[in-house]
Amino acid sequence: MNAANIWTIYAKELRDMLRDRRTLLSMIVIPTLVMPLIFALVGFVSFKVIRQARATVPAVMVVGGEDSPNARNAFLAHDKVRVIPTVSDWKQLISGKQVRAAVELPPGFDRALERGEAATVKIYNYDGEMRSSFAVDEIRRFFAAYRETLITARLAQHGLPATLVKPFEVRTQNVAPPEKVGGNVVGGLIPYLFILLCFTGAMYPAMDLTAGEKERGTMEAILSSPVARVDLVLGKFFMVLTASLGTVVCSMVSMLLTVLVGGVLMASPGGVANGARGLAGMNLPTLDPLGMLAVLGMVVPVAVLFSALLLTISLFAKSFKEAQSYVSPLIIVILLPAIVGMLPGVELNARLALVPILNVSLVSKELVSGVWSWGYLALIFGSTCAYAAAALALAVRMFNREDVMFRV
Amino acid sequence: MISAHALTKTFRDKKRGEIHAVDKVSFSVSGGQIYGLLGANGAGKTTTLRLLATLLQPSSGTATLAGYDIVREPARVRARVGFLAASTALYGRLTARETIQYFGRLNGLDDAVIKSRTAQLADELDMHAFLDRRCDTFSTGMKQKTSIARTLIHDPEVMIFDEPTLGLDVMAARTIVRFVRDCRARGKTVVYSTHVMSEVEKLCDRVGVIHGGRLLAEGTLAELRAAYRETDLEEIFVKVVGAGPQGAAPVPPLLS
Repeated sequence: MNAANIWTIYAKELRDMLRDRRTLLSMIVIPTLVMPLIFALVGFVSFKVIRQARATVPAVMVVGGEDSPNARNAFLAHDKVRVIPTVSDWKQLISGKQVRAAVELPPGFDRALERGEAATVKIYNYDGEMRSSFAVDEIRRFFAAYRETLITARLAQHGLPATLVKPFEVRTQNVAPPEKVGGNVVGGLIPYLFILLCFTGAMYPAMDLTAGEKERGTMEAILSSPVARVDLVLGKFFMVLTASLGTVVCSMVSMLLTVLVGGVLMASPGGVANGARGLAGMNLPTLDPLGMLAVLGMVVPVAVLFSALLLTISLFAKSFKEAQSYVSPLIIVILLPAIVGMLPGVELNARLALVPILNVSLVSKELVSGVWSWGYLALIFGSTCAYAAAALALAVRMFNREDVMFRV
Repeated sequence: MISAHALTKTFRDKKRGEIHAVDKVSFSVSGGQIYGLLGANGAGKTTTLRLLATLLQPSSGTATLAGYDIVREPARVRARVGFLAASTALYGRLTARETIQYFGRLNGLDDAVIKSRTAQLADELDMHAFLDRRCDTFSTGMKQKTSIARTLIHDPEVMIFDEPTLGLDVMAARTIVRFVRDCRARGKTVVYSTHVMSEVEKLCDRVGVIHGGRLLAEGTLAELRAAYRETDLEEIFVKVVGAGPQGAAPVPPLLS
């Protein structure tokens, strides 16, 4: 191994890459712009949709209840819903999202209530549809209040206090730091994006430096120089790694700026905050900056692993196009563990700490929410380094195989 | 000085089984001499030259270039060899100067030497006008000159040319031919592979006819003409190749 040769190759590849518009685009421009764009777009759209949905009084229908004027009129007087005339195909209207929900009062509802008999009010909705669920919430709120009024009246009739049926209140209050809340919501998303960018950042240079060089016919000239193959691999590898980490750093800086700027905007009086706060995933998270740095540290061996693997795979290809057809399906392989890491309920344990990519995804989720499990961190960093070293050794081996270098 | 001893390269192919791309090829070339390797496409020319340039490892046999063994001391061999093929290209986003400098550094030269060598080569090849332009803007002729300069930066003792004029126009091909002659004039050992008969006649001191991985006939042009009683090289080539390996028997004196 000769450090001067490795440096010569690295410096040349870097210069070559920096003059390539396509690399600059994939390494700097896209990762820098993608985060603010995602946040701005998702934030803006969801805020608008939610505000609109909240602002509009949901249209609902009342089915039955002709013989129960008390309940019916009380419901009609409720101003949080707009009761529209009932039509026979009301179920279709709900499915067609023209009516948000319908409430069915059983026959003789008023009478049943007076006699103290059991009765069931049915709410028909479009499950999973946000505006329908808002309507259901309102209907539920109304009937809960209506029930409460009835209970209080009945108790009063018998001269009993209200606390008889409600001996205590239950109230929940969040005491977790805002980082922790933000971490759970967005924590899964950040490592996922980093892992993806880490891969896409390495992808283009890895293919260009191997298959691309073979295709253009420059590889033979390099191989006929006295440089050892291992120096050649390392020079190229460091370049791919630079591109990979450069991509991640660009996106991280832009993400921190987005959160910072976004946070200031959200905090402004009458700003987006009122509408968006409390809706999971839509509010900008408070992230632990130290945790973010640690995530970057955890991503380094992943970048090494990706760079070496991508070099190895694309070296096998004869042309850039062939390399693309090998590498593109890999994105799915890479994303799968990253997505599993995002799923709620998947928590880090000793076995999962050895699964490459998934382990980093899981531990990053903890790190951005300010939780430091040192044992797992060491295990994950160590195992990822081991995988990365194996991938690099494989790359060196491939560069020494003449049937790969001169594949016909 | 090049001397190859029973160089053999065997590939394994799933469909065709074992292929002897180069089969016990032996020849030698001394300094100030151009050795022409004449053969059709797929005859084994490129594989032979890649073996000599240590890009491939021989299955058996060996060769020495400038006194170093290609199997045992490949790095030393490469430091003394310049390899130029028609298929080798340049880095489009580097300038000619950067390209030459890159290969100079890869050959272990320090920057002062590279600078003076570059100036010298630019003079000889008339490259000053485009030395600091990016290679992707070059004409074929400029590319050829840049390739030659990067091959020569470390002043190699041995030059290997693999069909260097393939696909070039007349003017660019003439630059190459002149350059090959120049190498001989400077006392370098030159191997030159081609399938163009006229180039052999113009350039080569000795010729080896290769076919099916085997060297079927070898000698100076005059010796080959005498042995096959033909003046036209193409006719000689057809006779040699047509006779096949068995037919090689009548010309053993030329092989020795």
